Amino acid sequence: MGKEYQDATGNPGAVEIAPGVHWIGALDASLRTFDIILRTANGTTYNAFLIRGDAGVAVVDTVKLEFSDEFFRRLESVADYSEIRVIVLNHLEPDHSGALPELMRRAPQARLYISTRATSMLKAVLKPKDSDRPFEYETVGTGDEVSLGNRTLRFLHTPFLHWPDTQCTYLVENGVLFSGDVFGCHYCDSRLYNDRVGDFRFSFDYYYAHIMRPFKAHVMDALKLIEPLRLKMIAPTHGPILRDRPRRYVTHYRELSTSSLVDQIDNDERSLVVFYMSAYGSTARMAEAIRAGAEEEAGVRVSLYDLEGGETEPFVDLIEEADALAFGSPTINGDAVKPVWDLLSSLAVVNLKGKLGAAFGSYGWSGEAVRMIEDRMRGLKMRVPVAGLRLKLIPTDEELVECRVFGRKLAAALVGGEQGRVIDFSELG
Amino acid sequence: MAKAKITFEDINQTVNVPAGTRIIEISEKIGAGIIYGCREGDCGTCMTHVIEGWNNLTEPSVLEEKVLRENMANRHDRLACQAQILGDCKVRPA
Repeated sequence: MGKEYQDATGNPGAVEIAPGVHWIGALDASLRTFDIILRTANGTTYNAFLIRGDAGVAVVDTVKLEFSDEFFRRLESVADYSEIRVIVLNHLEPDHSGALPELMRRAPQARLYISTRATSMLKAVLKPKDSDRPFEYETVGTGDEVSLGNRTLRFLHTPFLHWPDTQCTYLVENGVLFSGDVFGCHYCDSRLYNDRVGDFRFSFDYYYAHIMRPFKAHVMDALKLIEPLRLKMIAPTHGPILRDRPRRYVTHYRELSTSSLVDQIDNDERSLVVFYMSAYGSTARMAEAIRAGAEEEAGVRVSLYDLEGGETEPFVDLIEEADALAFGSPTINGDAVKPVWDLLSSLAVVNLKGKLGAAFGSYGWSGEAVRMIEDRMRGLKMRVPVAGLRLKLIPTDEELVECRVFGRKLAAALVGGEQGRVIDFSELG
Repeated sequence: MAKAKITFEDINQTVNVPAGTRIIEISEKIGAGIIYGCREGDCGTCMTHVIEGWNNLTEPSVLEEKVLRENMANRHDRLACQAQILGDCKVRPA
């Protein structure tokens, strides 16, 4: 169980964060790993909120199942279940929907509001049996509103931040944005507010880098909805409530989602990054010839990197910005070499969809690496427009010409040489 | 084997495929902007809008119809993991 919240008077109840708006979440100070992929050095919070209007009460989000008792105790300290008219789930992931089934049992009269994309997830979360009474819910999109009398909840459809179902809910009269996981972070501090907790900047950026970064284009779409709002407070589902200059965090999200130094690359140029590892220099020579070939194509900027000389993280940054990637690996004991796999298994945080990929390498006996890298790239939703190039041991001059041609073909595919061409199914591999 | 052409409007690419191929088998490989979830006709994530050639895809099954309905599909939306290509068509992510 998480550390119990206590306010200044030792009361473990709800915290009023705005007139008639209470935090009724839970603190999970002992959590160290979240969702397998994220670490946290001081736990997290599951923030949930209760809003009282003169025509009823709304609950926005719930908590992870194990923290249900804390959530219900805080809820009960400020409202009766019979008063709840509206339940909003901004995101159906179990850390926010864990207490939902029990909340719906305790407040059967309440109507549930979820985003248009959340339906199938709701069913998977609630796992209703055929004998259960069918649960009622309403799907909402951008601009839809629910009135609590003197309070209005307005919905913003913000898909893929960071699941297909995610949305934000804006409390119009108070200027409070219940943003779901957007603007959140895994940081646990019972002082709750961004101007009172410890330094959480690292956690905020780390959370963005792992949760939101693969969806930068969707972040930009969501910011178009969020930026025009009058924002007095942002109340995310994890970490500090942002009441002190909330707009700074919106601006920061825009900065994080915008490529830095993007204007250093000509807008009309496409970028190809060639990575390689080489044992005896043969794959390296192939890489150099491929670069030379690709550079013959106008409008392509080619970068060449030896994986031996770099670390995974900056290479991931490079890959995120690149339009096409080529990986060169020798085959050792029937496999591509580990630094190549290390990089190819570190790409979950960036969006690769639609990038072009290519593989090449020198081999001694069998040369499996190239095909394995191609399969991996396809698995990552990249397209492999030019069949991989494998050479036995030391490349001859003729074979280096083949490498140049390979590079040129890849570059041609990148600048749209294939646009409009009918590709045959067999070419897709 | 009978062939058909499928065009992915968002990436301006056309592929010549054997009749009976499911859209997902092409769209994933070519990097079209369709997104995927369960890949087995249950989640509705891979919803795809058919711009031309609606009748050149296999009829949706009862289960696909149900998933489309639950996900508030528009007319001429299909699941890429279910619809098989029988003749020329043009699609984009829904």
